[in-house]
Amino acid sequence: MGGNRTGVQTAPEMAEELIAGAAAAGPSMDGGPEMADAERAEYISKGFPVGSLPGLAFAEEAKADDETIGMAVFLDKLSERLAFERMGTRLYDAFLVKCETLGEEGVGPTLAEVEEIRDEEHRHFLLLNEAVTELGGDPTVKSPCADVAAVASLGIMQVLTDPRTTVTQCLQALLTAELTDNAGWEMLIDVAEELGHSDLSERFTDALTNEQNHLLNVQTWLSDRVSAKL
Amino acid sequence: MGLDIFKEKGTSLDKQKFTWREMVQPPSSKLDDDAFTRVRIILMNGLESESIRFSHACARMNRDLQEPLAHVRRVEQHQQTMVNWLLPADLSPLETTIGFEQVAIEVTASVAEREPDEYMAQVYRFGLLEDFDHMYRFAALYDRMGGGDANNLLQNYTDIMPGRPTSVEHRDPSDELREHYEKNTAEPLTKLHAVTIMAAENQTHDYYMTIGPMFADPVARQLYAEIASIEEQHTTQYESIIDANETWMEKWLMHEAMEVYNYYGCSEYETNPRIKKIWDRCLDYELGHLHYVMELFKKVENRDPAELLPETLPEPIDFASHREFVRATLENEVDLRASGADFVDKSEEPERSIAYREQLNSEGSPSEAVAAGYTWMPGTELTAGLSAKGKGA
Repeated sequence: MGGNRTGVQTAPEMAEELIAGAAAAGPSMDGGPEMADAERAEYISKGFPVGSLPGLAFAEEAKADDETIGMAVFLDKLSERLAFERMGTRLYDAFLVKCETLGEEGVGPTLAEVEEIRDEEHRHFLLLNEAVTELGGDPTVKSPCADVAAVASLGIMQVLTDPRTTVTQCLQALLTAELTDNAGWEMLIDVAEELGHSDLSERFTDALTNEQNHLLNVQTWLSDRVSAKL
Repeated sequence: MGLDIFKEKGTSLDKQKFTWREMVQPPSSKLDDDAFTRVRIILMNGLESESIRFSHACARMNRDLQEPLAHVRRVEQHQQTMVNWLLPADLSPLETTIGFEQVAIEVTASVAEREPDEYMAQVYRFGLLEDFDHMYRFAALYDRMGGGDANNLLQNYTDIMPGRPTSVEHRDPSDELREHYEKNTAEPLTKLHAVTIMAAENQTHDYYMTIGPMFADPVARQLYAEIASIEEQHTTQYESIIDANETWMEKWLMHEAMEVYNYYGCSEYETNPRIKKIWDRCLDYELGHLHYVMELFKKVENRDPAELLPETLPEPIDFASHREFVRATLENEVDLRASGADFVDKSEEPERSIAYREQLNSEGSPSEAVAAGYTWMPGTELTAGLSAKGKGA
């Protein structure tokens, strides 16, 4: 039998033996996932952070005033967005190689459209560099939120750079990135307004408009390509 | 008819060359390739890793051999790259781990079944039941932490159920050392088996030590810490069955013969034609290494390599499911424990090993926590309650 071999139906007779054997053997001991969860809780309760922002060690946060905390939260989220836009630029660089190689046949983005999104992601990255600098921050810092966001999106770059993935599979991964990006800019605008940075809020709103277009485009291309296969 | 290793000269060492593109070829498919293709890739990566490990140890102790070792080692390095890079990017570290344990179960079972020396066969069966339990623990982790079904990787070939509980596998180092084969009387197959399994276990240890810290989940980090410790024990066990009185040249010769033997087996069993070509190429290269070392052996030791090597290779490792053999071993030997170099009933286990693991497990056992109440079922334990039809069975 050719093709995918991962399911039990690949070899029904062997599967039957496997299933019956596991059921007859049963677990090695009683209990359930709560035993491992108790161990996890032990580590969570120790309260070790991923890291902190420059000049504001995690242990000193409790002593900081509201203004300092507010700025720290803002810089943390700005750093997160900055890192995401930087990665986003590279995601579209990778997508461009794939689209160039596989050609523009069928439904989906043109190379010019991919390049346009790539350039907008890059501009957003530069905008965030300026914003962090204007606020007195260091745009080269990887903040805790930036770090965690990078962990969360590790798989997206794996999908885009894998030579075996299709344009459609890449669009599915880019959709995850664009949905996150849209929500990220919305939050950033709210935080900027709350802290009284209306100038930044305006510039961020322009970026959000771009991102909304990216999302709509990616959703449409993806949907069109899936439909075209039906 | 097995391979005549004296007649078949393979590719001479000076003609063994690579480009980066040859080393980095399109990988195997996690979804479409047979699970035993992955088993062979993981096994051969382990054997190449051992060839390099041995070569460095030998070079550090033998100034006169450093140059020939360096020449062969460079090729081994590039062969290992070509082989290991056949693992695809969508195979996560935990999925690769499940592949490693499938190697430890199916390859060790084949070796245990064919091993001519009964004591050595017992050693392999003893280790087998421990790796068998590791599979169950990692499958539970993959299900409960990763939301994955280990059988997607195992493809029905290998059982997922408890073996000798990992929590009782921790032993005092004095209960890890075994009797060794006698270099002058042991069958060549006994020697080939020993180096093969030692290499595979050592690589498993090194792999778990590398990827353990990559996990965020503290229970996963603990489980890798625990099972890496057992793999260290297994490496200790399997290196102790090899005669330490062998000369460096004898060991080098057996390492090369072991690689020839295993690439030959890979080629015989491989179902993916593209990957079969890679095994064939490596087989030719290893035959080249073997003949190079045979010549060196004649010069250095003034002896005939035929004193050590079989004229034709024994039957290769059987890359197939050993379900019945493993289940019978489980039934008969799960309660065996080690006492020095002997295997005894658990009631006779030395106090030193019991005390050792009681201390180690005194703040909890990761392997028990991860699999408490766990029974594998197709589609993960979250399918409990679905009808058989809904599970695809």
